[in-house]
Amino acid sequence: MASIPFEKIVTEHGATVLRVCRVVLGPADAEDAWSETFLSALRAYPGLRPGSNVEAWLVTIAKHKAIDQHRQRQRAPVPMETLPQMRNPPLEEESEAAADGLWEALRRLPLRQREAIAYHYLGGLPYADVARLLGNSEPAARRAAADGVKKLRATYRGVL
Amino acid sequence: MSTTGSTASPPAEDLFGCLTPVSDETRSRLHEKLVEAAAREGVLDVAYRLLDSPLGPLLLASTDAGLVRVAFARQGHDEVLQTLAAMISPRVLEAPGRLDPVARELGEYFEGRRAAFDVPLDLRLARGFRRDVLRHLSDIAYGTTASYASVASAAGHPRAARAVGSACRTNPLPLVVPCHRVLRSDGRVGEYVGGTDAKRALLRLEGAVAGAP
Repeated sequence: MASIPFEKIVTEHGATVLRVCRVVLGPADAEDAWSETFLSALRAYPGLRPGSNVEAWLVTIAKHKAIDQHRQRQRAPVPMETLPQMRNPPLEEESEAAADGLWEALRRLPLRQREAIAYHYLGGLPYADVARLLGNSEPAARRAAADGVKKLRATYRGVL
Repeated sequence: MSTTGSTASPPAEDLFGCLTPVSDETRSRLHEKLVEAAAREGVLDVAYRLLDSPLGPLLLASTDAGLVRVAFARQGHDEVLQTLAAMISPRVLEAPGRLDPVARELGEYFEGRRAAFDVPLDLRLARGFRRDVLRHLSDIAYGTTASYASVASAAGHPRAARAVGSACRTNPLPLVVPCHRVLRSDGRVGEYVGGTDAKRALLRLEGAVAGAP
């Protein structure tokens, strides 16, 4: 049984998981995915084997929650009047206006590339684990992340 | 097939720097939501908070059954939380709202406006004879004291004064279960989980005789 108080897990990994959710879903939906991830993790936590890689475990849960949410959002018809708000979610106050362009560029990437970027660069997972989450091969996962980053660099040259 | 160009550009990590700051406000909002959801779903097994007191910061922790732990800073709050995680459940969250009633009562106690505590207690961290001793400690009224030997007699084991001492030393609920009111038979204050200075301060606060140094 894990004997690290869950509070410590939230403190140490909360920000990382939020970043992963943001890159996969965008800032507006990220917080719901975060909440579901940590509630689900809290429920399962007593059964987590000691010595497990907690961050990788959390990122895996976050992936499932984020993808659930992504599917739900695609399935649910969005009322027209709320659309602009959903497309332009409020950003963190300290986020620069510069981030707007990057969000826009991220949003245009295929989901798979966004996920590869999120799990590898934000979640810190090695490509072998990213491949497992994406259900593809390690080279394919690596390529998805590289292609995504290349596209971001191209559309977002100003900041780089 | 190799991906080229990555050496010439800054690392991809930098690319996301401007996307990812997480403010304290965001953290605390998400944390609060998590605590609410955890309580609603019945998976908040141990709630805790810190409370400033004249005796330094206190850690207060509770389960569904009641207040389960009070700890002084010198006992190591991190270690205490780890012990709670190991002995009760690792589903431990900082959830100050859950501890509001006891925090309020302790505040009143330190202001001299409260002589007894009404919050439900969870004595699961004390077993056997030690738990019996804790039950008897609550019979020692505010402003009075008892000796280790007399508490042993009250608990039905007149020769177990030493065991009463160890029950006091391991009291999971100091202040609320008043082990500070138990003194040595020779009148000296004896040990205290919060330190002997704290014990004297509490006895002074309650108007009990503080005893010889």
